Amino acid sequence: MDIKTVRQSFPILDQEVNGHPLVYLDSSATSQKPVQVIEKLEEYYRNYNSNVHRGVHTLGTKATDEYEGAREKVRRFINASSTQEVIFTRGTTTAINTVASSYGREKLGEGDEIVITPMEHHSNIIPWQQAAKATGATLKYLPLQENGTIDLKDVEETVTENTRIVAVMQVSNVLGTINPVKEIAEIAHRHNAVMLVDGAQSAPHINVDVQDLDCDFYAFSGHKMCGPTGIGVLYGKRELLNDMEPFEFGGEMIDFVNLYDSTWKELPWKFEGGTPIIGGAIGLGAAIDFLNDVGLEQIEAHEHKLAAYAQERMKEVPGLTIYGPEERAGLVTFNLEDVHPHDVATVLDAEGIAVRAGHHCAQPLMRWLDVSATARASFYLYNTEQDIDRLVDGLQKTKEYFGDVF
Amino acid sequence: MSFNNLDTLYRQVIMDHYKNPRNRGNIDGEHLAIDMNNPTCGDRIQLQLQVEEGKVKDAKFDGEGCSISMSSASMMTQAVKGRSVEEALTMSKIFSDMMQGKEVEEKDIDLGDIEALQGVSKFPARIKCATLAWKAMEKGVDEQGQA
Repeated sequence: MDIKTVRQSFPILDQEVNGHPLVYLDSSATSQKPVQVIEKLEEYYRNYNSNVHRGVHTLGTKATDEYEGAREKVRRFINASSTQEVIFTRGTTTAINTVASSYGREKLGEGDEIVITPMEHHSNIIPWQQAAKATGATLKYLPLQENGTIDLKDVEETVTENTRIVAVMQVSNVLGTINPVKEIAEIAHRHNAVMLVDGAQSAPHINVDVQDLDCDFYAFSGHKMCGPTGIGVLYGKRELLNDMEPFEFGGEMIDFVNLYDSTWKELPWKFEGGTPIIGGAIGLGAAIDFLNDVGLEQIEAHEHKLAAYAQERMKEVPGLTIYGPEERAGLVTFNLEDVHPHDVATVLDAEGIAVRAGHHCAQPLMRWLDVSATARASFYLYNTEQDIDRLVDGLQKTKEYFGDVF
Repeated sequence: MSFNNLDTLYRQVIMDHYKNPRNRGNIDGEHLAIDMNNPTCGDRIQLQLQVEEGKVKDAKFDGEGCSISMSSASMMTQAVKGRSVEEALTMSKIFSDMMQGKEVEEKDIDLGDIEALQGVSKFPARIKCATLAWKAMEKGVDEQGQA
């Protein structure tokens, strides 16, 4: 992977922010978009913008081909066995809500259990809280090890014969923990529970094979993997999706509509009510092409190196605490002694360095860590060791600056 | 932007309020309690107000957050304590204008330390930190009015 060539695809990175060259370390929130994706979106809107699956006209056919072509790209990207198992959604949140509503609320009842972890993003907590409230099911949490990892022995103990759904993130957006979702799925299946994997922080960075993981549902977002906002994917095993009611009702998802009842289109369209996210899906297809051209293995190796380098270099900053395990995905969440993360982020921003500060949509995890907020630097294929050097310099300056004002 | 610009944000008086917050703690006796948080970033404040005969007799706070939100809470309690509800709301309005970078006519109210927060208006991402305590105060006074 030639980092120079990669960076040429991201013109946004070539700018000054507050008088300094931009260092973008917030890709876990949203990634930057390569020209290949921007140009594809422009191509669609300029040349063949049309609604799909309806018109008999030429542009409609072209748009439909591109939209369904993007679905096939997604299928190959996650190695689903059929495009019927690939549903376009607004993002990970909508994908998980679809499962929590259409599967959860239908199948759950009193005495049933849903098992999640305290490290989940709010989008993999609240849908289950609501499903539990609506059905009388119990929401249970797997305990975490001190370093923010999951011990499979705890999974064995927490998942019982009453467990119907296990939902776990593949990579933590705060701790960087890489969770053993394949092994957890195996335990879930032994208890006849289904397994949902939140892939928002993993699909952009590592090779995902849903058949190998043997998960029942897999959710991820386009905008964190070089695609546009407003597009995401729900993968589900065909027999499960077939057995589920649609999540949204209206145009596009119907077969026959009578005055008092209606029937649904076949998969995947029965879950895509309304005019679908055509531009978004086509943009996501271009993002997948781009990532494949660079190579997921190369991206993963590059980020692995950056994460190790960042951990090593950040240790030089006095009073800096890093959260999460040593072996991690490409992000580092931290706090600087005596300086609130918002203040850290403001000083770094003055140096042209973009990091995230706050609770990262993981309030239960913040309480588990016993902090109110943290700062996070997250990396992607376009980041360099120089970016991390700039971060470390910025943190040293932050330390000095607040040392002076106090 | 250089660190000099940062100095317009992190003024000495702000850091002093952050390190040595005024009116931090609980009010004994009857009081209004307002919990408010900034859901996007996790800052939270628990404000206590003692309002009698249209006057803010006492104001105390507790909470967690960044230097801007906590110093602003400290300054706010200091500013409204002893003032009429009407004056407190006027100050809140002035503060809100100040955060939007509007020219502030001081009229008859001495803003005191609060003026130090003027620089926040140049850091749009931090305005919500500064206004949290004032919003809590407004909410408390509003609830009192409806009671």
